[in-house]
Amino acid sequence: MIALADADRAIINGLQGGFPISERPFAEAAATLGMGEDELIARVKALVAAGAISRFGPLWNSEEMGGAVCLAAMAVPRARYETVAAQVNAHPEIAHNYERAHALNMWFVISALDPAKIGATARAIEAETGLDVKLMPKEQEFFVGFRVEV
Amino acid sequence: MRDAFDLALIRATENGLPLTRDPYGDIARALGRDRVDVIARMRALLDAGAIRRIGVIPNHYALGVVANGMSVWDVADEAVDEVGARIGALDFVSHCYRRPRHLPEWRYNLFAMAHGRTREDVLAKVEAIAALIGPALSAHDVLFSTRILKKTGLRLRAPAAEGRG
Repeated sequence: MIALADADRAIINGLQGGFPISERPFAEAAATLGMGEDELIARVKALVAAGAISRFGPLWNSEEMGGAVCLAAMAVPRARYETVAAQVNAHPEIAHNYERAHALNMWFVISALDPAKIGATARAIEAETGLDVKLMPKEQEFFVGFRVEV
Repeated sequence: MRDAFDLALIRATENGLPLTRDPYGDIARALGRDRVDVIARMRALLDAGAIRRIGVIPNHYALGVVANGMSVWDVADEAVDEVGARIGALDFVSHCYRRPRHLPEWRYNLFAMAHGRTREDVLAKVEAIAALIGPALSAHDVLFSTRILKKTGLRLRAPAAEGRG
């Protein structure tokens, strides 16, 4: 775990949103944190370099990045698990795939430019594996207040 | 529907803002636009929810928030949207969605990804969610990931996606 100075904690805890869109945004944000503009810029650069923060900037809604995404799940027999994982992962439309502890034990995200490709990919996986793919599209997304406190 | 300027702003900022005194002006200069246009469009995208927020994107693994569980909830249909809004607002939930049930194998209609420093921490947070939901809750579970089978980054795709509407 990365060691942080108090000023770095204040930046991480206080600036996970609300960064101004203005001519001198770092000066404005620094004033609320009680530090100087150049100090804030230098500390953010150092936090990115150290890997404590992934990046500094806008968090785009992933749907704005283009295309369609859909969560899907399968119940895969243990004896065939590795084979099925390889079959699923071979599709370039599969971005993430996780083994999870449940009867539905394989959970993956299908993403494609063309929304029709979501269903087509699921059907292709069903044909290749002989297993049912349960599509779990989001019907409603709720505002997320996630923040990390350090 | 996103236009070419929006897509240019996504591309210019998906790895972060310039860490300079005038980040929006620097983006404007790189795109051959005026700073006032970049500022106005970024504000509109934030207001529209295309930008969720602007600031520190923590690497929660590096900061010790290394455990997560996909909590899943069977909530009465008439209550699920109100409950979802309250769960999403919790500071340890990173995604919260209503999804279809697949009866009889899958009864859960609400998903919330809960993060914590340990698995016990995550379980305690899941119980806090259960208490928050109250009588509208019929059943719940939490699915921990036991292995990453594939993980690729979110990539900006071709502007052809624009027509998706």
